[in-house]
Amino acid sequence: MSIVLDKLRAQFPSDVVSTHSDFGDDTALVRRERIVEILAFLRDDPDLRFDFAMDLTGVDYLGEDPRFEVVYHLYSLEKKHRVRIKVRLHEEDPVIDTAVSVWPGINWYEREAWDMYGIVFRGHPNLKRILMYEAFEGHALRKDYPKARRQPTIGPEE
Amino acid sequence: MAEPFVIETRGEVLDLQAEPMRINIGPSHPATHATLRFHATLDGETILDLVPEFGYLHRCFEKESENATWTQVIPYTDRLNYVSPLMNNVGYAMAVEKLCGIEVPERCQYIRVIISEISRIIDHMVCIGTNMVDLGALTNFWYFWKPREEVYKLIEELCGQRLTTSYTRIGGAMADLPEGWTDRMLSVCRGVIPECIADVNALLTKNRIFIERTMGVGPISPKDAIALGFTGPCLRAAGVPFDLRKDQPYLVYDRFDFDIPIGEKGDTCDRYMVRMEEMRQSLRIIEQAIAGLPGGPVNVDDPRFTLPGKDQVYENIEALMNHFKFIMEGVQVPAGEVYSATEAANGELGFYIVSRGGGGPWKIKVRPPCFPLFQGIPHLVKGQMIADLVAVLGSVNIIAGELDR
Amino acid sequence: MAVTQGKGGGGGYALSTLDSLIAWGRKYSLYPFTFATACCGIEVMGAFGTHYDLSRFGAEVVRFSPRQADVLLVAGTINYKMAPVLKRIYDQMLEPKWVISMGACACSGGFYNNYSVLQGIDKVLPVDVYIPGCPPNPEGIIDAVVRIQKILETGAPRASERWPIK
Repeated sequence: MSIVLDKLRAQFPSDVVSTHSDFGDDTALVRRERIVEILAFLRDDPDLRFDFAMDLTGVDYLGEDPRFEVVYHLYSLEKKHRVRIKVRLHEEDPVIDTAVSVWPGINWYEREAWDMYGIVFRGHPNLKRILMYEAFEGHALRKDYPKARRQPTIGPEE
Repeated sequence: MAEPFVIETRGEVLDLQAEPMRINIGPSHPATHATLRFHATLDGETILDLVPEFGYLHRCFEKESENATWTQVIPYTDRLNYVSPLMNNVGYAMAVEKLCGIEVPERCQYIRVIISEISRIIDHMVCIGTNMVDLGALTNFWYFWKPREEVYKLIEELCGQRLTTSYTRIGGAMADLPEGWTDRMLSVCRGVIPECIADVNALLTKNRIFIERTMGVGPISPKDAIALGFTGPCLRAAGVPFDLRKDQPYLVYDRFDFDIPIGEKGDTCDRYMVRMEEMRQSLRIIEQAIAGLPGGPVNVDDPRFTLPGKDQVYENIEALMNHFKFIMEGVQVPAGEVYSATEAANGELGFYIVSRGGGGPWKIKVRPPCFPLFQGIPHLVKGQMIADLVAVLGSVNIIAGELDR
Repeated sequence: MAVTQGKGGGGGYALSTLDSLIAWGRKYSLYPFTFATACCGIEVMGAFGTHYDLSRFGAEVVRFSPRQADVLLVAGTINYKMAPVLKRIYDQMLEPKWVISMGACACSGGFYNNYSVLQGIDKVLPVDVYIPGCPPNPEGIIDAVVRIQKILETGAPRASERWPIK
């Protein structure tokens, strides 16, 4: 089994819900309560050393409960390994703590997840829309937002 | 901050410091490569604070890909980083192949390496060319466009289009290399491209004006670059030896002998030097790849991913059924999720694909290399002047198609 | 020499010669404003490059200020966030002005039919020449510039005079 997942399970036995290594990618599904501690552990532990936050994104599993998922992709420059951390959030309460204190570079990724999915990052310094214009209503990448529904600033509706 | 400007007027001291000025730069501005916007707070010409804004080219790649089949996503990937579209095609195809658990034949892997490296070269040419135009040195732009046209001729021969190539497919490529293509590629890589790089080098590298405008402009330390998530030439210019082709080799990069240029201070001059050297190293890789190019098929021999040959389709009922099923339903990919990253010209281009089985993706997230770079621009230019912002923005190579998706 | 009717039947030969002279001067010195947002922008750069030299047709001097430009060359996808910016640039340009819509995205939205992309700039601007293609060859841009020159030569009304089409 992979060293990353073993250490993670050993350190946070109650927070790690499940792990797998399908298709060669180490993945851990964790609870959201201590997410900042988990990420900081992944960054600082001498065997893991995940100093790069490569990506953060949201996924909308419409029809499932919990509906949303926040996915972190991390990379270690020194150890050359990767891990994927996933957190599931309910539709009524899509709130999770921000990871900006762990990696400052994750700031805009969280803003994009807010803009596109409506996932609220508690403690984020500037949680505003980043890709769409300010007046846009709704969260565009949710599965129940129709692809071609336009809210134009100027120009016709259709 | 500005010192009070002392004027001798009957012993009084005049304080000319005024309120900081808020200025909007862009989104339609020659130096912002269109569609980038900055809200700048200035004290005279010095930048006190900079807030970047983008989204002016948001074309909903993710939403479109959710409503398309696996193969229909490939044209959307061309338009991500539109100066090196073949690399995006390769990155996406590799991600889906990882999810399907197939490996393309060796010939296809070599071809993918060749087209990735030639795309890297043309991307760096655009970056340096347009960066220098912003600084006023237009000649390099014209010089770089000549080899680009030669390469476009080759790419057009390969897949029919100059820019939006859509060359790779899940499990292989659109078509094999045309007759004599490798010879023509070699003659371009031995002729026009090195001459052009040498010409631009002679014009710029020891040029006093260039050095004054780029040395010490927009520096970043390795620690900050890693914390901000930089990858690619900007990170290597800061001194961090991270290149996916060496650290997590994919395709057949581990068979080739090439070097990774590393900078020292992470300023604009270092970024330029790293890109110039990377172009030379890419030429080395292309030479080795063409020398070692094996024969054989280009597409994987699996009826689930490759159309059967036309002669089979006309003779054999099974091949006909295969053909029909494949055309009507498309590629069927198993359920699961995967993240696959390649070293694109700007940094790590990652594709995170979530599939629930079936003919189309559930979600595709592109991790654009310019996203953290654009986020880091205020960090690079705080305390410097607007003219330095222009130099830094050009050298960081923000491609809006990739940034906004 | 183009022959145009003098207005109201009068002002025959001398006025039309002057008009022709002005048209000749204008058409060989068009100042384009390249509003290049996306992939078509790279082909615009190719058109201004040395291989498909656009300066042979006079449209060499690219001006990044709308006050100084004649032709607005919209190259690339325009989305709803960018549309007000484009309209403002167009309004700031001085008459006479022409608009070239380059590429499938500017002509009709391209293959992007979604919540963010304007389905053609002719929803907000009058367009003189459309260049199809994704992206069009730089030769397409040359063709468009030559068509603008023909519009100038024959004195045909500009799109901005016919806008909005009732």
